[in-house]
Amino acid sequence: MRYLPKSPADREAMLQAIGVRSIDDLFAPIPAEYRLERDLKVPRQMAETEIVDWFRERSRENGDGYAATFLGAGAYYHYRPVIIDSLISRGEFLTAYTPYQAEVSQGTLQAIFEFQTMISELAGMEVANASMYDGSTAATEAVMMAGRLSGRRSVVLARSLHPEYREVLSTYAAHQGMPLTTLPYTASGRIDLAALERAVTQETACVLLQSPNFFGTIEDVAAVAELAHKQGALLVVAIAEVVSLGILEPPRQADIVALEAQSFGVPLGFGGPYCGIIATRERYVRQMPGRLVGQTCDRNGKRGFVLTLATREQHIRREKATSNICTNQALMALMATIFMTIYGKEGLKELAKQNLAKAAYAAEQFGKHAKLLFQESPRFHEFVIQTSEDPHAINNRLLGHKIVGGLPLKKFYPELGNAALWCCTEMTSRTAIDTAVGFISESERGVRSAPEVDVEEVAP
Amino acid sequence: MKHQTRKATRHVSQNEGLIFEKSSPGKSAWRLPPLDVPEVDTQKLLGAARRTDLGPMPEVSEIEIIRHFTRLSTWNYAIDLGMYPLGSCTMKYNPRVNEVVSRLDGLANAHPYQPEKISQGALRILKTLSECLVEITGMDAITLQPAAGAHGELTGLLMVRAHLHAKGDPRKKILIPDSAHGTNPATAATAGYAVENLKSNAQGMVDVAALAAQMNEEVAALMLTNPNTLGIFEQEIHKIADLMHAKGGLLYMDGANMNALVGKVRPGDFGVDLMHLNLHKTFSTPHGGGGPGSGPVAVKRFLEPFLPKPVVVSKADGTLGFDYNRPRSVGRVRAFYGNFGMFVRALAYIFANGPDGLRQTTEDAVLNANYVRKGLESAYDLPYPTPSMHEVVFSDKLQAKKGVRTMDIAKRLIDYGFHPYTTAFPLIVPGALMIEPTESEPKEELDLFVEAMRSIAEEVDEDPQMVLAAPYSTRVSRLDEVAAARNPVLRWKPKG
Repeated sequence: MRYLPKSPADREAMLQAIGVRSIDDLFAPIPAEYRLERDLKVPRQMAETEIVDWFRERSRENGDGYAATFLGAGAYYHYRPVIIDSLISRGEFLTAYTPYQAEVSQGTLQAIFEFQTMISELAGMEVANASMYDGSTAATEAVMMAGRLSGRRSVVLARSLHPEYREVLSTYAAHQGMPLTTLPYTASGRIDLAALERAVTQETACVLLQSPNFFGTIEDVAAVAELAHKQGALLVVAIAEVVSLGILEPPRQADIVALEAQSFGVPLGFGGPYCGIIATRERYVRQMPGRLVGQTCDRNGKRGFVLTLATREQHIRREKATSNICTNQALMALMATIFMTIYGKEGLKELAKQNLAKAAYAAEQFGKHAKLLFQESPRFHEFVIQTSEDPHAINNRLLGHKIVGGLPLKKFYPELGNAALWCCTEMTSRTAIDTAVGFISESERGVRSAPEVDVEEVAP
Repeated sequence: MKHQTRKATRHVSQNEGLIFEKSSPGKSAWRLPPLDVPEVDTQKLLGAARRTDLGPMPEVSEIEIIRHFTRLSTWNYAIDLGMYPLGSCTMKYNPRVNEVVSRLDGLANAHPYQPEKISQGALRILKTLSECLVEITGMDAITLQPAAGAHGELTGLLMVRAHLHAKGDPRKKILIPDSAHGTNPATAATAGYAVENLKSNAQGMVDVAALAAQMNEEVAALMLTNPNTLGIFEQEIHKIADLMHAKGGLLYMDGANMNALVGKVRPGDFGVDLMHLNLHKTFSTPHGGGGPGSGPVAVKRFLEPFLPKPVVVSKADGTLGFDYNRPRSVGRVRAFYGNFGMFVRALAYIFANGPDGLRQTTEDAVLNANYVRKGLESAYDLPYPTPSMHEVVFSDKLQAKKGVRTMDIAKRLIDYGFHPYTTAFPLIVPGALMIEPTESEPKEELDLFVEAMRSIAEEVDEDPQMVLAAPYSTRVSRLDEVAAARNPVLRWKPKG
């Protein structure tokens, strides 16, 4: 086996040194009746060429070669500058463990310190942690953290929060004794402020909303913060699209911000691994879950970095820890750090502006032929289009032209009927937009002149 | 320094400040293509939501970024440089073909919501990996959704809870041996359970009599790591399983140490009801400086209805798809389907090994640990002489007499060119030195490690003060962790 660095003679010499006759002697502690006396039924040992070929075939079956995608909804297709992979492929980053031994981990530690700095700056918070699993678990852990900080249990959240984030929250909250109240959105696509005012009470631990929300609509965070804080509740804001922070005011009024930083240089990768983060105010840091890097000095007064405030964590505090999280998403955080460094102060702004412009153009063009929902509120790079025809049918035709259309919303928001969530990024060409608009226009003309037909469902 | 090391030689490393300290206005490392749609008036579109300043974000050129991160990288130890003997962490070789296949366009750029008919490749990967892991563990079904080991533990306990709840028998407690990893009790608390500790016996194994006394109808499950964190196989595992099952409880296995078992014995065959795996340990996906991981949970048939949703199913037309209609599911534990990129890597690892390679891997891992044990047992105290599997735990009892503790020995080991072993864990061994070499170490590297550890033991006898001030060879000496925690500086701030 090509990964194993021993010759038969080495093994023999080692067995002799140990003082056993055969390798089986070392497995003697396993009761004989349980030992596996046959080969595992897994594929036979393959050559590297065979492995590459097998996965190439899977890649081909998986939309390789598609011209454009209009899918967003919490996972975004942005360009990944090539130096991200050049740098993260260095074995010293790729094959290092969690930096518990600071003297031989300063590279990872300093990079995380830079990550924490950039994320807290972009998120408008004072501190950010070293990462969480993803945006959905970051939002959920942020809610648990708000529960500990406020000493209250009930949670008010927006229906315009990513539906899968809501599912994850409800999985966790069920066993934490945290009742959830979900508030509707209005015709503007934003959370219903009147309903919010009624729902938030002295029992409310926090209000959780996403901005830009699942529909791409930018929420009035200041107004929500005021209503939450008036009752002593905390405000947790989830941000699923961090590229928006280049052009949108961060939720400075929030107490905790839960982010998904996939857009910062992490591949779409069919949904993971991504990069969740929690950012907050300094005074709340001791209730924050996840690893934190802090600056300190060595014995000669030289600057260095260490993992710090570990008494929040499971390996010290066990069942009293702020979370059970151990392994995080360090390599993804490194990708994000490099991405943020490449674009920097000006580039992040320009990148966000291009995303805004592409989506503004697309929304305007789509809106000429079908109904653009939630028009009165500002948007970032996603918008909802309601068609006469089922969007699955339109998407099916678009697929024939190697274009993946917007996400049909019926599964998550049946009340929106034939609506789909479309996303444009800097990767979306005007040609692709115009082609998609053509199909929408054709669909609307067709529906007006033909009876409805059954279509095959192609999207989840 | 009297004792010289054969493994390492000091050499110059580059100094490098924080990226913010290199920044100045007008430098850049990006260029966007010309906009092919009309420019927009951001003020008009966004109004009060518009941001104008990004604060002290860096402005640097591409070569500076390459140098910055390359310099930082050289300050890290890594598996690629040498043995990384962290106990219970399974720091094995991370094959590079894994990285190549995970970056193939159709996989790396696949959107999680793309239509199923253009996701057949990804679904096939999910299904094939699931089948392999089910076979390796001897279980019946699996979820790949959890993002890490601790996340898998939580998913597992939620399934335990759902199962007991469905039987109308919701219970309150989880039993956890005192040798367990900290995530076990933290997870039990997150799942809404009370934690009850279970003492180990003199051999370092579960005290079966104590378990019998503590097991009752209030206990939902026992979370057991096997081999446990001492590297010892729980030889009475069948009795443990029987005791749990007789009183309606479940046996959860923490699979952190599965590298000792793959291809030799299957947890599903010795009474385990459910378990998680760490793909970033046993199945070679890179640790990446702390993550990402992946923590699939394999279960016996009776727990299958409770798996997180969605699950992959074969459809009537022969294609694969996701089934969301799972009314008894515990729900979702993460958005989308899990850390897919890690599934690709783990499957490539399984393909590269095949059944014979997986078995040989396990045998070599156990051989390496026993070889290190033999080499060090006359220099360090071995608190539990019970046979070792893939890792061995010593204590600093002999060295502590000279005032030198496990962390000091670990720091000195750095000067010898090795990453430290795991210190001060498991908690049942005061001053533990927990060593897991994995199968990836050649005999030569193990010999150098044993030589280094023996040399340090001699140094402790001759000059303990010298050991206490180690390391000497690193860019920074021991860092002031107390000051870091007392007055946390968690981000850089511009001067003034």
